[in-house]
Amino acid sequence: MAIPGQQELTQLENFMEGIWKQNPVFVMLLGLCPALAVTVSAVNALAMGAATTFVLLGSTLLVSLMRNFVPKEVRIATYIVIIATFVTIVDYLIAAISLELYEALGAFIQLIVVNCMILGRAEAHASRNAPIRALTNALGMGLGFTIGLFALGSVREILGSGTLFGVSLFGPDFQPWVVMVLPPGGFFVLGAWLLVFNWWRNRTPAATGTLKPAEGHSHG
Amino acid sequence: MTAQTPQIQLRTSPHMKRGVTVERIMLNVVLALLPIVLFSIWQYGLSALALIVTVTATCVVTERLFNRASRSASTLSDWSAVITGLLLALTLPPAFPLWMGVVAGVAAIGLGKVLFGGIGFNVFNPALVGRAFVQAAFPVAITTWVPAFSPTRFSEFVPTTFTVPLMMPPDISEWARQALDGFTGATPLARWKFENELTPVQDFLTGAVTASAGETSAILILLGGFYLAARKFLDWRIPVAVLGSAAVLAWAFHLHDPGHFPEPAFVLLSGGLMLGAVFMATDMATSPVTPLGVWLYGILIGVVTVSIRYFGGLTEGIMYAILFANALVPLIDQYTQPKVFGQRRSS
Repeated sequence: MAIPGQQELTQLENFMEGIWKQNPVFVMLLGLCPALAVTVSAVNALAMGAATTFVLLGSTLLVSLMRNFVPKEVRIATYIVIIATFVTIVDYLIAAISLELYEALGAFIQLIVVNCMILGRAEAHASRNAPIRALTNALGMGLGFTIGLFALGSVREILGSGTLFGVSLFGPDFQPWVVMVLPPGGFFVLGAWLLVFNWWRNRTPAATGTLKPAEGHSHG
Repeated sequence: MTAQTPQIQLRTSPHMKRGVTVERIMLNVVLALLPIVLFSIWQYGLSALALIVTVTATCVVTERLFNRASRSASTLSDWSAVITGLLLALTLPPAFPLWMGVVAGVAAIGLGKVLFGGIGFNVFNPALVGRAFVQAAFPVAITTWVPAFSPTRFSEFVPTTFTVPLMMPPDISEWARQALDGFTGATPLARWKFENELTPVQDFLTGAVTASAGETSAILILLGGFYLAARKFLDWRIPVAVLGSAAVLAWAFHLHDPGHFPEPAFVLLSGGLMLGAVFMATDMATSPVTPLGVWLYGILIGVVTVSIRYFGGLTEGIMYAILFANALVPLIDQYTQPKVFGQRRSS
């Protein structure tokens, strides 16, 4: 990243940024709207993560390629058009692959267009880095987002329905925790994960490096 | 957890010091709760005993584990975890599966208390947070009631008590029918709301109603309240405001349409209103500190409770009413600051 005073990251570090140090869900708290809304099951979470990663990769590539041609004044509008293009592609793709999944994810596929994690990446990273570098970072971010969503979705599916990927884990007598598939469940599980991660970070101060848990904006 | 001790700005003397510690207050609350607990066990037998012991132990153990995780000193000696556990158990149906009671206890202490920084820092009443969590998670189990004074209550457990953890509790309607003839499995509030059938007041006074473990002993709850109020361990204005506003509102509705709306006595005695008004709304950490604010807070709880009962989807509203009022406490405190005499407005 082109931040003055910061050492250039190696490609591996650049890739790992999104998975651990700047994980979109657990550290930056970006893109919480889909993270809370569609993670009632592991499948939904993975599909949402994959769709977001696809859009992120596509938009990052284009934004990075066009970074020297786009006037500063209209850059946000340009990013949105680029992102919206890929969202439209992924919207049709999911509808073609699985109508069931398409209906489960609902409006949240179209809403990827306002996912602040993607716009944040375009603004903060893709528009300042060469394509390969930007793509590596975007792939890490996309994977990190998917991991975050899966962490939420798997816990909520196990407790809320007693299944994982639709496979029953506890037999037919399982008592579902209804709250887990309701919106409050999303907040509870996210909160619990944040608790675990922050506790882990505080336990091992050496491993945190220079980046503190960032304060993110919880919209999008 | 690095809870910051709030700096208290002391005014000039004279100061009167009362040798009351948190431990003493809490111990007195436990004492005031004990008759209710014993009555509940006498009413519902072994299952209620097992539930109360399990939930209380869970709360205590959870608090200790969080103490350890945050490497702070043990806070068990202040008895507050015990109170949370007892109150939480008293708000649950007596035949609530024990494993769900454990979930409720962990949620109460974990979500409701230690995450905010422990005793004195919690925004919501911890016992009600625990109950709200299991109400949202297990809506069927928390509305499965058993008859009071069943003849076999001291010789056998209700089948749901020892449900295998994570599994669904068995259907007990057949068991309950055998245990007590003509048992309907509905609380007085539910019977009023859905069948328009009123439970006679004397049933409430003798405890012969279907309810949560600690809800039926109105007299004992009031006695405990009087004891704590007399020793100034609770603010008498809160229960008076809660029960008074609920009674006035219920009375107004009753006058308007006596056929549909019950008498104020029914509203006061049924459900958890009494227990909530005396022991939960008065939680020192989650109620206002200003004289006017206390009244507002109590009236708000009473009005919301009756509104939920009459017009909401739920049969009982005291839990959400208190949690809602808890959330408004900082606001109430801010807008009801008393005038400081001898000072001029600086602006």
